[in-house]
Amino acid sequence: MRAALLLAVAPLLMAQAKPLLVPDVSQREIDIAYSFSGAELLLFGAIIYPGGRTPTDTKGADVVVVVKGPTQSIVIREKEKVAGIWVNAGRLRYRSAPSFYAVASSRPLDELVDARTRAIYELGLDSLQLSPASAAPSDVQDRFTRGLVEQRVRAGLFYEAPHAVEISDGVLYRARVSIPARVPVGRFTAETFLVRDGRVLAVAVRDIDIRKKGFERFVAQAADRHEWLYGGAAVLLSVALGWGAGRLARR
Amino acid sequence: MDIYLPIANLSVNALVMIALGAGVGLLSGMFGVGGGFLTTPLLIVYGIPPTVAAASAASQVTGASVSGVFAHFRRGGVDTRMGMVLVIGGVFGSLFGAWLFRLLQQWGQIDTTIAITYVLLLGSIGFMMLKEAVDAILIARGRRSAPARRRRHHPLVASLPFRTRFYASGLYISPLAPLLLGFFTGILTILLGVGGGFVLVPAMIYLLGMSTAVVVGTSLFQILFVTAAATLVHATTTKSVDIVLAGLLLIGSVVGAQVGARFAAKARPEYLRLALALMVLLVAGRIALGLGWRPDEIYTVELS
Repeated sequence: MRAALLLAVAPLLMAQAKPLLVPDVSQREIDIAYSFSGAELLLFGAIIYPGGRTPTDTKGADVVVVVKGPTQSIVIREKEKVAGIWVNAGRLRYRSAPSFYAVASSRPLDELVDARTRAIYELGLDSLQLSPASAAPSDVQDRFTRGLVEQRVRAGLFYEAPHAVEISDGVLYRARVSIPARVPVGRFTAETFLVRDGRVLAVAVRDIDIRKKGFERFVAQAADRHEWLYGGAAVLLSVALGWGAGRLARR
Repeated sequence: MDIYLPIANLSVNALVMIALGAGVGLLSGMFGVGGGFLTTPLLIVYGIPPTVAAASAASQVTGASVSGVFAHFRRGGVDTRMGMVLVIGGVFGSLFGAWLFRLLQQWGQIDTTIAITYVLLLGSIGFMMLKEAVDAILIARGRRSAPARRRRHHPLVASLPFRTRFYASGLYISPLAPLLLGFFTGILTILLGVGGGFVLVPAMIYLLGMSTAVVVGTSLFQILFVTAAATLVHATTTKSVDIVLAGLLLIGSVVGAQVGARFAAKARPEYLRLALALMVLLVAGRIALGLGWRPDEIYTVELS
């Protein structure tokens, strides 16, 4: 298969001086249906070197895969102890923060690239570029950003998986990324980076659509567009069930 | 058995939700309360967002109160006139509550408000019930003599204008008093997802001085309509009623309520009240501890 792939793209490669990434994902669409409890994505692909020749020291090449969820505009609140109880005291608004962020790599990120490159490509949880909408001193911003990352890591929505990318023969790579059930619907992106000697040589992006389907989609749409009917249906359901159980019990 | 909740946007174990509904239903059948005061905190502990929890618990209370209302109607235990006044107050209360809910949400204080209100309400009512139940048990055992009959209604209630006759309740009072009472419980229904029976029943007895024969039926009548209205208000304003979650809770609770009602017929009422008082205090204590303990999550994220 590898040979066939190389053959197919061979004419393309002749002109290329840089290596090329041919990425793919196991699912371009993820449907949320009644028993959805998360999904596992397989991200795989090939690294194609100029001239079809794999360098002899294949150890130098690494692959980083980043899966990002749709961005959301959010408010982060910070609790403080006031008069003996914990209440939300501070807050910071962010215009766009990813709802999901997973990074898988063939080696730990800090071994692959320096902090500046990580910041440019947003590689790693400490390199996310979150722009607060409200003005705040940078130490406060850092504290809130750390708080956000911590909270999302705990919820399983942000994570780093070093060593999760396997590279075979320096040409084929694959990584598994699990997506929890609590992700929002929308367009996810899977970015693949080819890294060598501390530099990002190639980037490729694939989109993944996560959406509700069937009954779940119907319910979510009804709740949003026909709120009166939906509320009425909820009331009818509760009255009917309560009344039915009462009737059954009396007999 | 995982099932995805389309509004809460997460999946839960369906059997756990049905069991939770059944447990609450059992208690509500036994004690004649809606059980919302247990459902909402338990759902939040399970990881359901507080708004969805409160909105969906309200519809569970509707289901739990339906068969009770029918049973009381057959016995003539509902003062419809008084009930309607309470319902009108309750509907306005739930609209006001929805406004308050949004305001508190914007300030980021909704969770703390819910917790503090729970502690204050459940704490004070739990103590009142505990004292009353202990007194009743002591009287039943002949250790103490029964107290003199209370005054019919609170002097403040008697001073309100527009007095009207409520025949079934045996009252000649201003409809403003039950209207305000309904308004207050309507706010509670929206904020906490409770029916408010544990506030209504003592208030009807001690503040309004209603005849006890119609107190429970009339409070269930008000709870039925006001929780239904609250479900509609939530569906149209916060859009956080999860019909799948509500359905799971309902299946459990309507069955549990019937079983609980059979238990209640066999048990001694003063011991039931003692058990309920202890349970209410337990829930209040747990929430109070939660307020004071350092929470796991110092930072919370919400969409804006």
